[in-house]
Amino acid sequence: MDFEFIRTYAPLYASAAGLTLTIAFFGILLSVLIGLLCSLVKIFRIPVLTAIVNGYIEISRNTPLLIQLFFLYFGLPKIGIVLSSETCAITGLAFLGGSYMAEAFRTGIEQIPKIQTDSGLSLGMTGLQIFRFIILPQAIATSVPVFCANTIFLIKETSVFSAVALADLMFVAKDLIGIYYKTDEALFMLVISYLLILLPVSAFCTLLERRVRYAEFGNSDPVSGK
Amino acid sequence: MQNLGIQILFQGNNFLRLWEGLWVSLKLAVISMFFSICLGMLFGMVMTSTKKPVRILCRLYLETVRIMPQLVLLFLVYFGAAKHLKVNFSGGTAAVLVFTFWGTAEMGDLVRSALESIPVHQYQSGYALGFGKIGVYRHIIIPQTIRRLLPSMMNLLTRMVKTTSLVVLIGVIEVVKVGKQIIDASRYTVPDAALWVYGVIFIMYFAVCYPFSRAAALLDKKLRD
Amino acid sequence: MKVEEILKTEQLNKSYENGLKVLNDITFSLKKGEVVVIIGPSGCGKSTFLRCLNMLEPVDSGTIRFKDRVIDRANKDVYELRQKIGMVFQSYDLFPHLTILDNILLAPIQVQKRERSEVAKEAEELLKRVGLSDKTKVYPRQLSGGQKQRVAIVRALMMHPEILLLDEITAALDPEMVREVLQVVLELAKEGMTMVIVTHEMEFAKAVADRVLFMDQGVVVEEGSPEEFFHSPQTERAKQFLNMFHYEAR
Repeated sequence: MDFEFIRTYAPLYASAAGLTLTIAFFGILLSVLIGLLCSLVKIFRIPVLTAIVNGYIEISRNTPLLIQLFFLYFGLPKIGIVLSSETCAITGLAFLGGSYMAEAFRTGIEQIPKIQTDSGLSLGMTGLQIFRFIILPQAIATSVPVFCANTIFLIKETSVFSAVALADLMFVAKDLIGIYYKTDEALFMLVISYLLILLPVSAFCTLLERRVRYAEFGNSDPVSGK
Repeated sequence: MQNLGIQILFQGNNFLRLWEGLWVSLKLAVISMFFSICLGMLFGMVMTSTKKPVRILCRLYLETVRIMPQLVLLFLVYFGAAKHLKVNFSGGTAAVLVFTFWGTAEMGDLVRSALESIPVHQYQSGYALGFGKIGVYRHIIIPQTIRRLLPSMMNLLTRMVKTTSLVVLIGVIEVVKVGKQIIDASRYTVPDAALWVYGVIFIMYFAVCYPFSRAAALLDKKLRD
Repeated sequence: MKVEEILKTEQLNKSYENGLKVLNDITFSLKKGEVVVIIGPSGCGKSTFLRCLNMLEPVDSGTIRFKDRVIDRANKDVYELRQKIGMVFQSYDLFPHLTILDNILLAPIQVQKRERSEVAKEAEELLKRVGLSDKTKVYPRQLSGGQKQRVAIVRALMMHPEILLLDEITAALDPEMVREVLQVVLELAKEGMTMVIVTHEMEFAKAVADRVLFMDQGVVVEEGSPEEFFHSPQTERAKQFLNMFHYEAR
């Protein structure tokens, strides 16, 4: 393996990784917002909007991100909507991620037994009070595992962005292979870059999941009660 | 006369060509899924092993596959193998290899969790009735496992179909590639062809994936009640 | 002296979607300070009845009256009325993300807008009375089933309800914990708390009830003092039901 080559082109990978992360960050942030809105619409069964949200979720979950991107990047300009590669990538990721996040929050909320709502009602609480003080705090904890899985999934999905001419990690790797035939080095750096991005995220998620499972709600250690 | 974009689909056999293109990726998905199911069943049983080293190895395999984007795995096999093993995989072969490698891990994990979700007393009552180990698996455990597995297997299939859309990036001639050819061929006659072609491909993927995920959701609900 | 009628239902009817009738023309009244125990086989409608009294479920027809006010689920005052009718459920109804003290204080502070310091003092007194004063800072999961139910009772009492509805509060408990919960209820009865209790504990019913209602298939089949009901039930169905609790060799 040619380490000189690796040293020379490492900065290229670093900036590509930065781009991937930036887009993933904004895409996931938007996903969370869309997901929250959609799950609220579904939980409160708001008429008309529920049907729209359901349609959106099915479409988003049953089509590949790559095709969504092609449509955004090559299709939409034909009706006058021209999006930059970056906007396209963020929009695509948010469109995909929104439905996944919506399902995460919805199942998180639905996991909470109905008796919790009944208890709140029997204490004279209104629907809004029950949602705010009883359902939401628990739902945040119950959604964490799926939320984490989705985050990792969405970061991985960013690997297709080279298809809309974004100079991301895959783009750089393919370029270097094409130009210099340094296949090993290019692929090695590609794998390392993704590991450097994904391993910390995954480790953090494991930690977070453990925290909401053990530390919260006092079920850390039933014996000592600590 | 100004051409309406949608006409592009009805020119010649364009629409048929797109379906044929989609069929290329679907075939890859179905073949990979078939191998994944066979190998995944085995892998799942291995995963329930009580031996620690075996469990650790299994876990390592699963986590490796899970943490890498499938496209990276595709690149590794498509570009890497060509250089080192001196074999030139076609994009299709590389795809089947990678998706099977990935699918086996996912399928194995599904099988594992299905197996583990069966209470111990089911095994015990099997033994108590005089079944041997194979008998217990065949008559008691596997029938229950399959019922639990079916919905998540269908979901895996939809994921597999969606993921095979990536093969266009390693040069397989499939639906997107065909779409590009159609767009290029009619660049001057139908300027907004891209909108229609990609829109249709979008709907085609939905038409294929939706029935499966819908069926999975219904099955899942039925099993839960 | 005429005792005040606090809760009254007239011809309550309710059917499930599959047409099964859970409540059939239930007319019932409750006096202040009275303890009514409802017993009957599973699925006879007794829990549904209790849930309807607290407006957790709608009825198809009939009226429920609290003092002089007709209770309607659609009305805004339903929230206010529910504060006057406390309820304790079978289980799992404490809020797992809040400590015991916060569980108890949530509604008084948020719903009744009372001062935290004032309600905290009251909560601690009540907890002391049920023998749990050392548990204020722990979470529900760290308590036994019997302890949880005692907390649930305290939580309901904090709202100063005029009626307490208890829905099989010991049904999910291990036998050795039943007593500690029922003891609390007995004391409440002694202090004059108005209660409607659904239970399967016959000895407890005998001890606590001023009046017993026997329900079967959505109908109040028999009604009377505990002595009358347990020693000389009038109807065949009540006799059969009570016989199920006897195992002695004949």
